[in-house]
Amino acid sequence: MAGTAVLRPVTWRSATVVGLHDETATARTLALAVRDWPGHVAGQHVDLRLTAADGYSAVRSYSIASAPSSDGHIELTIERLQNGEVSPYLTQQVMVGDELEVRGPIGGWFVWHPEQTGPIQLVAGGSGIVPLMAMIRSRISLGSAAQFRLLYSVREPGAVFYRDELRAVSNQGEAVIVTYAYTRVTPKDWPRPAGRIDAELVAKGTWPSNLRPSTYVCGPTSFVEHTTELLIAAGHDRERIRTERFGATGERK
Amino acid sequence: MAIISRGFAGRRSAAEAKLPPGQYLTADFPVLSAGPTPHISLDRWEFTIDDGSKVLKRWDWKSFRELPTETITVDIHCVTRWSKLDTSWEGVSLDVLLADVKSDVPYAMFRSYGDYTTNLPLKDVMNKQAWIAFKYDGADLEPEHGGPARLLVPHLYLWKSAKWVKGMTLMPHDKPGFWENLGYHIYGDPWQEQRYSDQ
Repeated sequence: MAGTAVLRPVTWRSATVVGLHDETATARTLALAVRDWPGHVAGQHVDLRLTAADGYSAVRSYSIASAPSSDGHIELTIERLQNGEVSPYLTQQVMVGDELEVRGPIGGWFVWHPEQTGPIQLVAGGSGIVPLMAMIRSRISLGSAAQFRLLYSVREPGAVFYRDELRAVSNQGEAVIVTYAYTRVTPKDWPRPAGRIDAELVAKGTWPSNLRPSTYVCGPTSFVEHTTELLIAAGHDRERIRTERFGATGERK
Repeated sequence: MAIISRGFAGRRSAAEAKLPPGQYLTADFPVLSAGPTPHISLDRWEFTIDDGSKVLKRWDWKSFRELPTETITVDIHCVTRWSKLDTSWEGVSLDVLLADVKSDVPYAMFRSYGDYTTNLPLKDVMNKQAWIAFKYDGADLEPEHGGPARLLVPHLYLWKSAKWVKGMTLMPHDKPGFWENLGYHIYGDPWQEQRYSDQ
């Protein structure tokens, strides 16, 4: 398993909140202008630090949702966790103009580089879409020739992040093919009953294994375990599957 | 000097006093793995110790499970910032596995099913500091947590506790393993907050 080392200074940088918008009832995107941001690769994350007036601080890791750009701006999409310490603050209290601190980018494994021109399979469970969206946005902004497919599992239609943007990119020729899976509630007249991703949906929503796609799976642990087993059963090479998991209380995304 | 976050109070508990810097407490057991979970049947499981050219020791599951075991209760700390206190494991101490290995090299690369590797100084896996664990909380170790057996080196960040471990290679010089090659710290002491390679 080869990766690309990402070795650069990891110092705390001030990050000014320059935009906020809600993705769903429980998730909000923060646009940040980061001082001296060194740039990132799609799929990487940052550490974000909050500090209370008495010096107490709490740090969490969040995936970057935006494509790499040179203007020093990044976007994070944060799902509010019940009883979370940091995510309720970021999704409910933060205002435009506030100053936070971030450090990064971090991670050299779960990344998509523009030099990768082969077919790409993305599989997202819930807020696991975030680093995969950075890959989609990176691919679109560069006009890469890489063929992307996304299989995106959500509880219900209202839980989809980036809905309009995903519709727009999936209408741009064959650049990104998007297949949804609904585990609890489907849209009206949806041809499939609500339920977990199964072998049939993997066959319908992912590249055939003989195309040897590079596959990125991100979501809760049980989702990643389940879908990687289905992909391997469908003939995908386990060495070509990269994963990122988050636990029930792991505020990873 | 850190920037104060307007209106952020945070949550503090007495238990956090026991945590390394930058960690938070969780009652769950989250999973960090780079790829799919390998499922290894016990009849083809083995653990070997080699010196880079020849195998010095080899156990299959049966002979491994005949070794004396210890039950240990330890705190564990993941580089993704969660810590879990008082976790209970059963395993074979590396002191037992290394007892009659004649070598004075100072490092080892641990190897796993699924091609994961991680490097450790030998002094960190000897003297009651490391185990090959096969039970967690009284039950067989689940594959997603590294079963059938994983390395457990609780005094370092948990990525050093290689899941699905299948062997160790003794090395005269230190060399980065999988995550260490991807920007994570060569040693990984949570109390020094050695998360990344420039620290």
